[in-house]
Amino acid sequence: MSMSITDDELHAYADGELAPELRAGVEQYLAQHPDESERVRAYTTQNGLLRALYNPVLDEPVPERMTRGISRRVSRAWPRFALAAGVMFAGIAIGWVLRGTGIAPFPADVPFARRAAIAHAVFSPEVRHPVEVGADQEDHLVKWLSKRLGTDLKAPKLDVLGYLLVGGRLLSGPQGPVAQFMYQDAKGLRLTMYVSSQKGETADTAFRFAQEGRVSVFYWVDRHYGYALSGEMGRETLLRVANVVYKQLNP
Amino acid sequence: MNSHPIIEHIPRLRRYARALVGDRYAADDLVQDTLERAFVKLHLWRPGSNMRAWLFTIMHNVFVNQARSHRPEVELDMEELSTLSVKASQPDHVELADVDKALRSVAPEQREVLLLVAVEQMTYGEVAKALSIPIGTVMSRLSRGRERLRHVMSGASVVPLKVVK
Repeated sequence: MSMSITDDELHAYADGELAPELRAGVEQYLAQHPDESERVRAYTTQNGLLRALYNPVLDEPVPERMTRGISRRVSRAWPRFALAAGVMFAGIAIGWVLRGTGIAPFPADVPFARRAAIAHAVFSPEVRHPVEVGADQEDHLVKWLSKRLGTDLKAPKLDVLGYLLVGGRLLSGPQGPVAQFMYQDAKGLRLTMYVSSQKGETADTAFRFAQEGRVSVFYWVDRHYGYALSGEMGRETLLRVANVVYKQLNP
Repeated sequence: MNSHPIIEHIPRLRRYARALVGDRYAADDLVQDTLERAFVKLHLWRPGSNMRAWLFTIMHNVFVNQARSHRPEVELDMEELSTLSVKASQPDHVELADVDKALRSVAPEQREVLLLVAVEQMTYGEVAKALSIPIGTVMSRLSRGRERLRHVMSGASVVPLKVVK
């Protein structure tokens, strides 16, 4: 009396995928066919060995580069993903980063002030990694970002207003690298200054104001560079800071 | 940031990538490329659908494209493989490192199926979906992959791999 058991059924049996009503039949078959029984045992052993071998990866700390922040990933891959970066920023912002900030979804072509507001909303809540380079290495930070943006940057000193430099990071924008400096007051309220090349803009501009959800932004163009100061604060308060920043950058 | 749904899948993506490509750094690069692509394509992911399956599909595509663009750099030492002489039925004597080596001798498309079933513990249907192949192909690749691994690990006559250079 021979039963017909297929190869597929043996695999399904080894993987616990066989329908319960078919199990007894397979077991009976295996009892009568030692070679096949050995084969199935080898399969289950393989499963166990492979899990034993690779499961420890689950407990390894995830490399920081994988979780660190989207813009970090973008800046690493800058030349290759220049185009994708803008889309990425827009797409991700829509989905989750800005949830609760009150900033509405937008298309890929994102205006300067909104990009600054997004970068502010993304990084200012970061507890562990708000910046890539901290204020303790301010010289290095300013040199590095200046080099990447191709201009002499300055990190304004806002101590008089109660804001101390936290540090800065390199981001990616549609026209190339973007610098973000972050400041924080004694209560932990954060301000960011976003600087990007604005090759298309030839004329310098006066201050402009934008409200992106809860984030207020003052922005202006000065010698082909766009500057944006963002913070979750009222217009007048932010304007005071913007004036100080502007004066320091244009002595 | 840690609340993003993709992040919770990273450890599993890393485990699968490590098993798939072997080398730790190459595996993490595969994960990184997968995450980058996933972020770019995030708008295509349908909320409520299975994110794990979606991510594994992306990783599969990245892996296939990479394999196509540059041939594997690791050359298999067939002599070494055939001397593993590991009895699959005696797991006590199996050196796990040898299992990893033996796994390298399994063809990549069979290795993918084998790992998704054995390590990721996907159902055959989930594997078919993740790799965009019919379930019959899943079964034949699984069968060939397992037999290959069994033969290498039991020291049986090893069918020479086509050496890709």
